[in-house]
Amino acid sequence: MISLLMRDITLAMRAGGGFGLGLAFFLLVAVLVPLGVGPDPITLAKIAPGILWVGALLACLLSLDRLFALDAEDGSLDLLATAPVPLEAVVVIKSLAHWLVTGLPLTVIAPALGLLLNLPTSGYPWLVAAFGLGTPALSVIGAFGAALTVGLKRGGLLLSLLVLPLYVPTLIFGAEVIRRGALGLDATTPLLFLAGITLGSTALLPIASAAAIRVNLR
Amino acid sequence: MSIWEYANPKKFMQTSGIVLPWVSALAAICLIIGLTWGFFFTPDAVNFGATVKIIYLHVPSAMMAINAWVMMLIASLIWLIRRHHVSALAAKAAAPVGLTMTLIALLTGAIWGEPMWGTWWAWDPRLTSFLILTLFYLGYLALWQAVDNPDTAADLTSVLCIVGSVFALLSRYAVNFWNQGLHQGASLSMDAKDHVSNIYYIPLLISIAGFILLFLSLVLLRTRTEIRSRRLAALLLRERIA
Repeated sequence: MISLLMRDITLAMRAGGGFGLGLAFFLLVAVLVPLGVGPDPITLAKIAPGILWVGALLACLLSLDRLFALDAEDGSLDLLATAPVPLEAVVVIKSLAHWLVTGLPLTVIAPALGLLLNLPTSGYPWLVAAFGLGTPALSVIGAFGAALTVGLKRGGLLLSLLVLPLYVPTLIFGAEVIRRGALGLDATTPLLFLAGITLGSTALLPIASAAAIRVNLR
Repeated sequence: MSIWEYANPKKFMQTSGIVLPWVSALAAICLIIGLTWGFFFTPDAVNFGATVKIIYLHVPSAMMAINAWVMMLIASLIWLIRRHHVSALAAKAAAPVGLTMTLIALLTGAIWGEPMWGTWWAWDPRLTSFLILTLFYLGYLALWQAVDNPDTAADLTSVLCIVGSVFALLSRYAVNFWNQGLHQGASLSMDAKDHVSNIYYIPLLISIAGFILLFLSLVLLRTRTEIRSRRLAALLLRERIA
């Protein structure tokens, strides 16, 4: 399992793996929105939590379609499905690898982008906490969408249509944490909800994802 | 006599063929009575004027939009557990009807909201969760469209329907958390004090019955069409082999 994790991370980091693309996209969103809505610091501070989360969702989405598709193309997904490791565990590991190369870097650079968007100082600890606890859910839910579309030739667009509605609760609670944090309020409640979504989807969704992959490999 | 007999497509086609005209006729009667009564023979409400009458379209369609999804969920579960093809096809048949109901509810709500709330759209929890439900319907339908093999498509959409149900419910409560509501509370309730007054209530119930029957007849019809198209595909295949 550890070797699978290392393999996935290495593949993602090497050239053509798309590592950094998500980050660059996230940065672009944070740059383009102020250009679109104007440089007024108060407006920007108000919409910063939402923009950061929407940017994170879209950045995550970018690399999702290759999560299983590349392995399906070269046949290694069949090998993984017949490996002694249960397919559910494979899904978890691959989601974890996806998170390590997208969600974690997003969490690390999110405060810097918060600075660009004039997020109030009191929001930063909550921003990091929300991203740290919320982005794993994005990878796990995304893995489910990728598993559904793995057999399709052009699944990319369909993938976003399937996955983005599933991201709604994460987005709402994640942005709410930062919004409350930025106002100097206690944001524990939405943070707990966010953590609950992450834990619940990590526990249950891989079962559905594995079922979908089995159907697609049939 | 068990409900599983209808898992046999032949038996299903026979029975639904007999039932369908009756259900359709009953749906038409209920809708005509309910809507005519509602539109023309109820007084205008004190605060709302004539706009109150859109309730006869809005409430039933909104109810059916949610119930259609529940029906799809049950049909998907039956397909995954017992592998009855009719069940999978019924879920497929219900989705466009449910989507239409969602759109009717959203549109009539907007038409009502413009004079009453002064806006076509507000990011109210109920409205927002309905919009999200629309997206779930779209995703579900798109997945059916995208997968060629009918059994694979049925499996994948069933899994999506189950996961989607959980997330749709989650979104419903997340959205409550996110914004306070503008929408009024439930129009119907077992407790007589809570629901709308009797003059509106009885035609509303008839309209709801009409919408339920309409939904039923549309789903039966569409399921029959799906079964026939499946048979046709099988015949064509057989011909090509022979």
